[in-house]
Amino acid sequence: MKIKIRDCRNTLLLLMLPLLTGCGNQWGWYVVNPSTEQGRGNLKFLIGGLGNTILLSVCALLISVVLGLLVALPGLSENRWLRWFNRVYVELVRAVPLLVLLLWVYYGLPIAAGISINVFWAGVIALALSDSAFEAEIFRAGIQSIAKGQTEAARTIGLNYRDTMRFVILPQAIRRILPPLGNQLVYMLKISSLVSIIGMQELTRRANELVVTEYRPLEIYTILVIEYLILILIVSQGVRWLERKMGSDERG
Amino acid sequence: MSETNQTVAAIEMVDVCKWFGDFQALKDVNLRVDTSEKVVICGPSGSGKSTAIRCINRLERHESGQISVDGINLTDDKSSVAAIRAEVGMVFQQFNLFPHLTVIENLTLGPIRARGMSESAARNLAESYLERVRIPEQAEKYPGQLSGGQQQRVAIARSLCMEPKILLFDEPTSALDPEMIAEVLEVMAELADSGMTMIVVTHEMGFARKVADTMVFMDHGRVVESAPPEQFFSNPRTDRCQEFLSQILSH
Repeated sequence: MKIKIRDCRNTLLLLMLPLLTGCGNQWGWYVVNPSTEQGRGNLKFLIGGLGNTILLSVCALLISVVLGLLVALPGLSENRWLRWFNRVYVELVRAVPLLVLLLWVYYGLPIAAGISINVFWAGVIALALSDSAFEAEIFRAGIQSIAKGQTEAARTIGLNYRDTMRFVILPQAIRRILPPLGNQLVYMLKISSLVSIIGMQELTRRANELVVTEYRPLEIYTILVIEYLILILIVSQGVRWLERKMGSDERG
Repeated sequence: MSETNQTVAAIEMVDVCKWFGDFQALKDVNLRVDTSEKVVICGPSGSGKSTAIRCINRLERHESGQISVDGINLTDDKSSVAAIRAEVGMVFQQFNLFPHLTVIENLTLGPIRARGMSESAARNLAESYLERVRIPEQAEKYPGQLSGGQQQRVAIARSLCMEPKILLFDEPTSALDPEMIAEVLEVMAELADSGMTMIVVTHEMGFARKVADTMVFMDHGRVVESAPPEQFFSNPRTDRCQEFLSQILSH
């Protein structure tokens, strides 16, 4: 998951190469030429999906983090039924392809539950559900990495389960959990492109719609690739920064 | 359960058994500790001494037999576990301080969260115990910034902040460098003088001789010998105990 800025710059240059050398009339960059009104409009339309891509991913991540924690805790219990619940949840949710889950939540859930769900929330729910199984595993590993003596010490000074988690275990586990959580955000930003299939106006959907009206898939999808690249690059740099900060914060 | 009219023991273990899978760690352990009594448990590693004291505050669950603390019978009932833990403090071999909290936060967490004490009252309490273990100046540091001996003294102060009637020590000096052992033993000896009921698992025989009211020798999950220290050291009854003592005292 580690992307070096230099690698990405090289990739970008490679992508630009045909553009710079000019490949005759195969290219039609006028569709996204910022100096023309049409190009400007198209670019604005494409980039206009960015907000939804980010909002969708962040909402889904927040929900999946909470869900993941709620699923991870029973997995650490001494009660076998609670552990069993954790196993079944993780295995089942991991087994369903995101695209299938997405279609089911958008088209199936409203009928099954008798509720109406808009495209955005259908996307958030599907993304969050599918990601929650992975979050649960991340949390479980992070919490298990904290020495057992910490729980024992907390118990002997009278802390109950909730306070032990809240004041002793989670604050320590979170340092180890945050970096993989950051990676999940990167993953979420990419995988959210699937939500275009149900009509969510995010980056990918915008590109698809523009291709239909402009008949310029090569140029428009190239822009789409660049949009994702820039977005992911910025976020992964943020994750790396977070990793360093957390690492240096470890005391003793 | 079975109330008798004799004085209630601080800790009473009757025929306690404990298994780890197929391995029987405790075999019919009987132990009675009176209020203010100091018991030192010794024995070879794997003899069940740590397991025995960890059963007293339910860090391990005993499978059969009875344990009672101050007349409270220890059962699967959570309230009995909580009631016993409120009376019993524990000091661990590895200190088990909370590394993300400062010394003072380590000390006040229990009083604030478990005893509902106000922050300022808990702080006063913590400072008085830090004074008692002679490191008041380290209050704002993190455990990782202290020496092992200091960390263990913080851990002792942390237990004291819960104002327990009984303190359990699980090899409190085994993880320490030799030059730090004395400062911890000194604090423990002072605690003993103050009348605290204590069970100490340790190999520090000098400390045991000085502080213990009763010496207990365990081997293979059984209490093999239990006697006052004079008798225990000068005239051990069993061969196993004799052998152990000669090994440990020859160094």
